[in-house]
Amino acid sequence: MKLVEHFELGLDAPICLTWELTYACNLECAHCLSSSGRRDPRELSTEQCEAVIDELQRMQVFYVNIGGGEPTVRPDFWHLVEYAVAHDVGVKFSTNGVRLTPERARWLAASDYVDVQISLDGATAEVNDRVRGTGSYDTAITALRNLHEAGFGDAKLSVVCTRENIGQLDEFKAIADRFGATLRLTRLRPSGRGADVWDELHPLPEQQRELYDWLVAHGDGVLTGDSFFHLAAFGPEDGSGALPGLNLCGAGRVVCLIDPVGDVYACPFAIHDQFLAGNLLTDGGFREVWQESALFQELREPQTGGACSGCAHYDSCRGGCMAAKFFTGLPLDGPDPECVQGYGESALAGARTIPAVSQDHSRSEPSRNAPVLLTLSRRRPDAELTPPVSACAESPLAGFAPN
Amino acid sequence: MAAVSLDSAWTLSPSVALRPEPFGALAYHFGNRKLTFLKRPELVAVVRALGSHPDVRGALVASGVPEGQHAAYVAALSGLARTDMIRPAE
Repeated sequence: MKLVEHFELGLDAPICLTWELTYACNLECAHCLSSSGRRDPRELSTEQCEAVIDELQRMQVFYVNIGGGEPTVRPDFWHLVEYAVAHDVGVKFSTNGVRLTPERARWLAASDYVDVQISLDGATAEVNDRVRGTGSYDTAITALRNLHEAGFGDAKLSVVCTRENIGQLDEFKAIADRFGATLRLTRLRPSGRGADVWDELHPLPEQQRELYDWLVAHGDGVLTGDSFFHLAAFGPEDGSGALPGLNLCGAGRVVCLIDPVGDVYACPFAIHDQFLAGNLLTDGGFREVWQESALFQELREPQTGGACSGCAHYDSCRGGCMAAKFFTGLPLDGPDPECVQGYGESALAGARTIPAVSQDHSRSEPSRNAPVLLTLSRRRPDAELTPPVSACAESPLAGFAPN
Repeated sequence: MAAVSLDSAWTLSPSVALRPEPFGALAYHFGNRKLTFLKRPELVAVVRALGSHPDVRGALVASGVPEGQHAAYVAALSGLARTDMIRPAE
């Protein structure tokens, strides 16, 4: 049996476990996949987190990808990192950089087994801050500089690829190189608040091609979180165009997410009741949920290609990303919304219902730095420039002639 | 870097942990954070045996690997040596 077939059947413990420690965040990114902002009062306590780490150690989950929210705003964050490392659970954590002071960077540089990933979604402040909020570019660059100057080797610069930054791939690479970091590119998912902006931000078909060619040219030198397997269908039908990494959906098979309140989801991009396997506090612990939950059992059963089974490229892309389909209201056994063979566009054009959100920790009031994706304009660009109807025409509709 | 040969002595790196799986094992290096799939149970047995034998040949024989496959195993072990999964024994 091939390795990939073992993965499809699921393993006794995940390979890639994401653990979001908090929904609290200092930023309000427009495309946040976990709709983060406010801390959840049910958030796992320090002791509960330590118990989770103990269990991961027993299961030999060698490393966790810690995220959030912004994980470093938890007062016990650095303690939990130390605790995990001391219990044979390596840590890679994702941060916007807000707490990576020069002092903290030196602390990180001195400790083995910790990997740091800084999020940046534009190679310029203009592109980045539009989606991540005012000042977030400077915060990320400062964090990268602090790590580099402290001698921290090989930080990761993590970029979500959007319509607005695909043209900046070389510039992202240059930023990573400048700080001795490795570039990591991942796919924009319509998850969380991403659902609200996906139509406007997801890469256009020709940009998908540009991205694929760029990734092929850079090979192993750029990380992808194995998130672009839907692009493999740009290659020949024999699957030889696949990018390095795991080329299938690992949800519930080798991948899962633990959220801040201990809910276990099939994948970090699928925070929705439909993909909730259980809770590690109330359902007997993480091992029990991972190995026994009905949802994960189902995801490990052989999948059919559904509407895609007649497509010659199915073996390359495996139908694409489950979360991308679900959150755009497409059937799970049909094409990915960004299917590079074009089946996604026709699927999106058909009847579909975007699923209602099942959790939202967004702030109730946006802060003054919050991104605003609206483009404000004073008049229609194609409207004729006309003087006011008269100096005293007070009606806001004065002179307005609907088409 | 030392080359893996049948007559050299190797051992599992102290930073590496093995997790048994139906296909063989996952090998994780806590230092360089490389995850490697050992895709055959026989290879896992050999890797585990390295440290308790004076040379690679001894570990292969003890793990029941036929002589005709020794060269292929040396090649596989060389791959593991490149990422510090195994290192020369003192």
